Amino acid sequence: MIGGPGAARMEALLATREIVVFCGSGGVGKTSTAAAAALAAATSFEGRVLVVTIDPARRLANALGLESFGNVERRIPDDLLRAAGIRARGELYAAMLDTKRSWDDLVLRHAPNEETAYRILDNRMYHNVTSRFVQSHDYIAMERLYDIHATGSYDLIVIDTPPTRNAIDFLDAPKRMADFFGGRLLRWLTMPYRIGGRRGARLVNMAGRPFYQLADRILGGQFLQDIAEFFLNFETMYSGFIERAQAVERLLHDRRTSFAVVTTLEGAPLREAEFFCEELTARGYHLGALVLNKTLPAMLLGEAGARAASVLETDADSVAAELKGAAPELLPDPVRTARVLRTIAASFRNFSVIARREAELRAELARQPEVVVTIPELEGDITDLEGLAAIGRYLLA
Amino acid sequence: MRTSAAPDLLGRRLLFFTGKGGVGKSTVTAATALLAAQRGQRVLLVEVDAKGNLTRLFERPPVGFDPVEVFPGVFAMQMNTEASLREYLRLNLRVPVLGRLGPLAGALDFVATAAPGVKEILTVGKVCWEARESIEGRADWDLIVVDAAATGHVVAQLDAPRAIRELVQAGPIRGQTEWMVDLLSDPAVTALNVVTSPEEMPVNETIELVERVRQELTVPLGAVVVNRVLPELFTRDDQAVFDALRGPEATAVLERILGLGAVALLDAARLAVSLRRTRAAHLAELRAAVDLPLLYLPYLFVRDHGLRVTRMVADRLGEELGL
Repeated sequence: MIGGPGAARMEALLATREIVVFCGSGGVGKTSTAAAAALAAATSFEGRVLVVTIDPARRLANALGLESFGNVERRIPDDLLRAAGIRARGELYAAMLDTKRSWDDLVLRHAPNEETAYRILDNRMYHNVTSRFVQSHDYIAMERLYDIHATGSYDLIVIDTPPTRNAIDFLDAPKRMADFFGGRLLRWLTMPYRIGGRRGARLVNMAGRPFYQLADRILGGQFLQDIAEFFLNFETMYSGFIERAQAVERLLHDRRTSFAVVTTLEGAPLREAEFFCEELTARGYHLGALVLNKTLPAMLLGEAGARAASVLETDADSVAAELKGAAPELLPDPVRTARVLRTIAASFRNFSVIARREAELRAELARQPEVVVTIPELEGDITDLEGLAAIGRYLLA
Repeated sequence: MRTSAAPDLLGRRLLFFTGKGGVGKSTVTAATALLAAQRGQRVLLVEVDAKGNLTRLFERPPVGFDPVEVFPGVFAMQMNTEASLREYLRLNLRVPVLGRLGPLAGALDFVATAAPGVKEILTVGKVCWEARESIEGRADWDLIVVDAAATGHVVAQLDAPRAIRELVQAGPIRGQTEWMVDLLSDPAVTALNVVTSPEEMPVNETIELVERVRQELTVPLGAVVVNRVLPELFTRDDQAVFDALRGPEATAVLERILGLGAVALLDAARLAVSLRRTRAAHLAELRAAVDLPLLYLPYLFVRDHGLRVTRMVADRLGEELGL
């Protein structure tokens, strides 16, 4: 089950693409899979590999040397890798996305002058747009990816995507940001303020319109004015911003970029993964691989195990007696031994139910990319480089 | 640290459930609604995320903004901020909305994007409104159960009335936020519950969320529901027997009697033991860090997730609540 004919191509994906984006719904192990893929690439090939993570578990972040946030790329020292039994041919770097700082950088870059930049950064609306706008994390992740790629410092960038309500939200993010700041609606909304000057009074003919009357009644005039002021400032960054958003989108569509969808074999995440695979293809992105994570081992499906379990279910006592005969010092108490044997059989049956469900879901997968990789449920948490290396072996097996 | 008394969750009027993606938040929410309905309550079940999956748990098609009975006594609705705004305008401002909501809804999207809590207030406001109407006898929900935003967004969601009050200096909305804050802060009415599973990230997020809620919100916390708890296979003494069985001598005997399947059985049991052990460590961490009632729901070894599973979870939840 593990590896299979597709596995060689996962290696090819990591060897030939410049960007691999890992996505999937929450809780499926996206972050560790992305980190493992980067480690595997740095192990197998020469060159510089960077993994950008969004919100790693604390222990995994520590293992990657990412104690603090900040858009700093850190190299994982070779001696750390060697201590974990990894002989890397390339260099592995890791970075954690700092949403706030990335936004600030963006404003500082695109604002026409420093004064405007700080007027934007100090506006309380700014904080809300950047920290609460559902798409803003998604957008900034892609923007940061573009930024790093443009430096040309890395042969391969592996990026983890932020947890979103919907796994494909981030794909629309650059376009939505462009639409958002370039939209007619925004112009319309800020028009009374635009005509009256930045802080000026409203023109009567605009304020007389039903929409503004209604908005005033619900929200109060000051509120709309606050918003308008923010957008008028933000608008000065418009052209730079739009260009940038379009460039980000081009990069994601570029043939150097590929996507890997991670999922577990559970109903809801799998449905989302399937939907995502279809959407990626429909929108002209390159769907590189589907990673089935945390799957139960195939031996749970085997006839041999089921037969052995049914023997224990009916005849644990005589098996226990025989064990006592063969190893009296190890297993002296046949009653206890029989109980343990029955528990083993029952547990096998339990996990077989789940494994069968997984196998059925897998068989039903409507659309599969060429590369499908299976990673088994590993026994402990993935908290260190050894753990990542273990996943990496399954990715490339 | 642990409060042992079972919390009187079903005695409140308004229950929110949050949790990290993938822990079974919706299943637990649906099961709570089902449990309450089985005990004779009339329940409004609100899905906030626009995923439309909640009614699957009752094996019913998706629902809209108007509540539909998906199980005897459980009425499900899907939150929709535009519908909520329309209702608000009709009921509170007597504004004729027909023909005008088009551009207003679009503008609202913009405003909601920039301003904290506008979108959220339409969600929380609707839910609070149903709760208040019920308390004052104008609506007949005994219980309102909300499948709320995930841990990352729930604080912003529940903080919406306060955020709006800070932002909007005048107008009817400001006045509306006062009673909402009161209702959301009342421990006799409201409880925010966190669903988690005994794994690293869900446990970390739960601990962080509980701290944040206490610092930033006045919403009372109810219980932490720990979902998918794996069974303990062996006592300490039985574990010693299991270890002996895995030794070469005993394994050889087992293989002779049981055939090749013996190894599969032993390996499967070892996987079960170590999965349980890893999770137990996370559970211990959770128990040490969170002084809220903990409710445990077992990992279910079942084929599929439908009404049957929702019932099973409801049964176990009832036991944990001492019902």
